[in-house]
Amino acid sequence: MIISVASGKGGTGKTTVAVNLALSLKNIQFIDCDVEEPNAHIFLKPRIAGEKKANIPVPEVDEAKCTYCGKCREVCAYHAIAVLPGSDGKKGSVLIFPHLCHGCGACSLLCPQGAIKEVNKEIGAIEIGEKGNMQFIHGRLNIGEAMSPPLIRQVKEYINSTRIVIIDAPPGTSCPVITAVKESDFCMLVTEPTPFGLNDLILAVEVLRKLQIPFGVVINRSDIGDGKVEDYCANEHIPVLMKIPFSREIAVSYSEGVPIVEKDASYQDKFINLYLNICGIKNEANSRH
Amino acid sequence: MKQIAVISGKGGTGKTVVTGSFAALAKNKVMVDCDVDAADLHLLLHPEVKERHEFRSGQTAVIDKKLCKKCGKCASVCRFGAIKSDYTIERFSCEGCALCSHICPRGAIRMEENVAGEWFVSDTQYGPFVHAKLGIAEENSGKLVAKIRQIAKELAQKQNLEYVIIDGPPGIGCPVIASLSGVDCALVVTEPTLSGLHDAKRVMEVVTYFNIPIKLVVNKYDLNPLMTGKIEEFCRSLNVPVIGKIAFDKTVVKALVEGTTVIEYAECAASNEVKKIWEDLQ
Ligand code: SF4
Ligand code: SF4
Ligand code: SF4
Ligand code: SF4
Repeated sequence: MIISVASGKGGTGKTTVAVNLALSLKNIQFIDCDVEEPNAHIFLKPRIAGEKKANIPVPEVDEAKCTYCGKCREVCAYHAIAVLPGSDGKKGSVLIFPHLCHGCGACSLLCPQGAIKEVNKEIGAIEIGEKGNMQFIHGRLNIGEAMSPPLIRQVKEYINSTRIVIIDAPPGTSCPVITAVKESDFCMLVTEPTPFGLNDLILAVEVLRKLQIPFGVVINRSDIGDGKVEDYCANEHIPVLMKIPFSREIAVSYSEGVPIVEKDASYQDKFINLYLNICGIKNEANSRH
Repeated sequence: MKQIAVISGKGGTGKTVVTGSFAALAKNKVMVDCDVDAADLHLLLHPEVKERHEFRSGQTAVIDKKLCKKCGKCASVCRFGAIKSDYTIERFSCEGCALCSHICPRGAIRMEENVAGEWFVSDTQYGPFVHAKLGIAEENSGKLVAKIRQIAKELAQKQNLEYVIIDGPPGIGCPVIASLSGVDCALVVTEPTLSGLHDAKRVMEVVTYFNIPIKLVVNKYDLNPLMTGKIEEFCRSLNVPVIGKIAFDKTVVKALVEGTTVIEYAECAASNEVKKIWEDLQ
């Protein structure tokens, strides 16, 4: 089963929930897809066994074969190529802007001269490790690199669905989140009971409904704020899977990178219950189909 | 005119609460919400929308069933796994590269432009406000950010405003880069946690990469004074001034629940500190 943990708004405790759930269960594969700001390793402190560079293919032009016909520029939907035709006996040139390239392969496939080959451009790295019997994988986007979805897709290639897979998704509602939560069997949305939390929860719910992924809500710092998140969930028939009240102790141990279950073992049962809750909802949904 | 971007790396550090307070403190400015993915600033500023525009960007492939001969060429070239086995397009996977449409021997694939969101120019009691809503599950948030920043800048020039104050998105990817380009100062709001420090480091690398001056604020600094010390030390090593430390204060959440800025809600430790921070930024 693949469970992703997401939140419309960042900083609601998404990573906390993902990490503590992972530590409370067995046979876990933990995948941190928040490649812009990966944080789970801070809490899990896995032993990293290997690193693999993550690349995307970008075009390289063989100017000896190129006739400066402009086809590649024409087919590139992202304006990542400019072609300056030659004139007065001067050679033309083809300029490639790698940071705009999505690595779609159109230019190399469609160049009539076969003048374009693809070379790897590094966009980040994937680290693989373990913590006890938990398998741990995360991606790390290089600084200055704009596009995280290709890296997220590469991190997700490591999914081993014979385990319980927990995916820590990036915040938001756009391409990186979609890429991360797609193909999940269930998604947990972590929110807080404030107007910001509610506003962003509503957006995240829209995303999951569009993707048709079953989901439920975890309310963090459930006792500071107002009751509008719960009202919303009740009206929309969205299950509230768990509520975590604010505690200075939890906040402090969080700040030091210590997971709640390591501070207060009673939380382990609560996270096991959270998991059972999810299984129950999944089963119910399956039997309805 | 001076452009200030408030960013955080990690989400939920209080970035929008700080930006919202600047709206109450700064005179002669335009506010911009560049967190187009999950915009929140409007919940504090209560805009009255004056102009509403469609944001068109990107495209999606559509296969004409009548023309398609199910030869499979399109699926074999698509690198994003967006063409399903029944030769329909999985909308959320399609990157809009159009390769399939060039390859299809039957001309059965056309590209349709996406309406990827909306952007607004609004009035608020604090002055003009430019904001946007990215369509659910849409991409190109970077372009939408660039768009509203350009609108805000033009507005500031036309009305002779002194500041463009930008609420930036979390992360370090395309919308963040678009929020930072050409600003005069980036204010990083972080929290005294290992993750806060880790993410602030990464986002500060991005800011430095673009050669933009940085200032930093630690929010809820008293939740872990030791960690706050580490952040200050780190900033010293980079010559980044720490211009404020805001104490954890439930008043901040109370103001938020009331939909107002902490400046207007109550005179408290947090509001006083934010005032000091704004003075420093001027
Ligand atoms: S399509 Fe090929 S031949 Fe034409 S300009 Fe591009 S690289 Fe050169
Ligand atoms: S691979 Fe695709 S995106 Fe990259 S330059 Fe070629 S056509 Fe453009
Ligand atoms: S390439 Fe064209 S004809 Fe062939 S399967 Fe795709 S859409 Fe159909
Ligand atoms: S436009 Fe590109 S991403 Fe979309 S289906 Fe066609 S080949 Fe795939």
